Amino acid sequence: MTTTGTAGIAGTTGTTAHAVRAGGTVPGRAAGTGRALEFWARTYRRTWRGSVVSGVLSPLLYLGSLGFGLGTLVDDGASGGVGVPYVLFVAPGVLAANAMQAGVGEATWPVMGAIKWQRQYHAMLATPLAVVDVLLGHLAFIVLRLLAVSVVFGVVGALLGAFTSWWTAGAVLVATLCGAAYAAPVMAFAAAQENDQGFAYLFRFVLVPTFLFAGTFYPVDQLPAAIRPVAWVTPLWHATQACRDLALGSPDLAAVGAHCAYLALWVAVGVAAARVVYRRRLVR
Amino acid sequence: MDADDPEVLISARGLTKRFDDFTAVDGIDVDVRRGEAFGFLGPNGAGKSSTMRMVGCVSPPSGGELRILGLDPRTDGPRIRARLGVVPQRDTLDEELTVAENLVVYARYFGISRKAAHAKAAELLEFAQLAERAGSRVEPLSGGMKRRLTIARSLVNDPEILLLDEPTTGLDPQARHVLWDRLFRLKRQGVTLVLTTHYMDEAEQLCDRLVVMDAGRIVAEGSPRSLIEEHSSREVLELRFPDDDNAPWAGPVTTGAGVLAERVEVLPDRLLVYTPDGDAAVQAVHAAGLRPSSVLVRRSTLEDVFLHLTGRLLVD
Repeated sequence: MTTTGTAGIAGTTGTTAHAVRAGGTVPGRAAGTGRALEFWARTYRRTWRGSVVSGVLSPLLYLGSLGFGLGTLVDDGASGGVGVPYVLFVAPGVLAANAMQAGVGEATWPVMGAIKWQRQYHAMLATPLAVVDVLLGHLAFIVLRLLAVSVVFGVVGALLGAFTSWWTAGAVLVATLCGAAYAAPVMAFAAAQENDQGFAYLFRFVLVPTFLFAGTFYPVDQLPAAIRPVAWVTPLWHATQACRDLALGSPDLAAVGAHCAYLALWVAVGVAAARVVYRRRLVR
Repeated sequence: MDADDPEVLISARGLTKRFDDFTAVDGIDVDVRRGEAFGFLGPNGAGKSSTMRMVGCVSPPSGGELRILGLDPRTDGPRIRARLGVVPQRDTLDEELTVAENLVVYARYFGISRKAAHAKAAELLEFAQLAERAGSRVEPLSGGMKRRLTIARSLVNDPEILLLDEPTTGLDPQARHVLWDRLFRLKRQGVTLVLTTHYMDEAEQLCDRLVVMDAGRIVAEGSPRSLIEEHSSREVLELRFPDDDNAPWAGPVTTGAGVLAERVEVLPDRLLVYTPDGDAAVQAVHAAGLRPSSVLVRRSTLEDVFLHLTGRLLVD
């Protein structure tokens, strides 16, 4: 089928409406995901400036206050520190936690907006795109955002001296995966919400405790034995372990691989759940 | 009429939509032929939008048969949607993007190449009389402009059927007329239009054929003219009396108008006398010594048809 821009509705001079149809085509899964992703990428072109500022600010604030501020106390403290300069210890943890926060942020209000407020999902679903395309397209965009956020964090951190090894590039990828491991299930959660009140609970009772207890700021074995398993379940703990191992320059790749597999499992389960919830919410 | 006829673009038999224990659409039969403008007329909650969403393949039927373009929406949703244009009841424009970007983005969902999408967007902006606003953001546009943009957007894939769910609800009269003009053009070009409305004037203006829906069922079907001929009188005499309650006047008016009153309906603020000859009925009412505070003779409309069929008004 040929596409055209000149025949059709307004260009019609004859009696028939569409001498040549622009037409629509049914995409395969990858193409469908790409079509939905393109929309998000296009809207991002309007708002990227603000996100770049916060992307640079975030590592500056965290590494400045915790790495260099608190770190001075830790390194000089009676406990003898954490074995390496504290800033090198905490930076990979915050890299992962930062991606987690970004992933949850991108998977909450934007998802609800696309369902309830701006309703972009509904616009997509009036076209040949399927629910899975809509879901995967949005998730793909979130992953790209997470990658950008993590790259910026890594670069700024390296400039500050908080990352010293080239393995940090691997840590950036693991952090991106960590963000996705949160974003996918949170998309399912967000799509099930009637209003954004649930998001406040999510942040207060899930995200903040995870941030504080999943090994970002201190090794989890400092925690009482009873609480440690809770930390081990969280994707953030696995991401933090892998990022730290990589960023410190001599990684145990088998362990890193295992942590990544666990994160990937969360992505897979999250996507499966989101697929069910999206279908229930959007097709009824 | 059968579903295999290629001229029948939409065919429904016993089509039903249930939400939990609420039945929104209760077994309707509909055929829409190529090139016609077909309407669903009914009040809010009649099941029009649920029907449209099923036809738009975003809501699976709970029962009955539905074929669109010869395909089954249950299994061929994306293939059907590739050939439909949809104007939803609530706009789904992206307000952060520009007018032109909204069209291009939407064309991309259909897999239309970037180059063709830009050319198509330019063409449709002319059609929708929005060419000057191509580069402005959507958010500050008027309701009528947004609606025209939504219609333009629904045309990016040169659809074979255009579905319009309440296309002019919420617009001021002038914006409605501009919109109707655009829809007339599409109709003249042979685009098959399917629309829902609770405005009887919209249905009369745009539809070749329509069904009147109430509580999930079809209560009448035909052209606007044939429906009026079949279910109402030629003229209507509207009487208002200087009391809060017009009901007590129904008896005297019925008696006074005599054979000229085929039927008298009591509304909260007026009486409607259905009559073959309005002027004669006015004289008869006056001759009977009745002194209504206002008198109006008019043609029957689809509103009267609906009132007669359901005992209620379209717009409360």
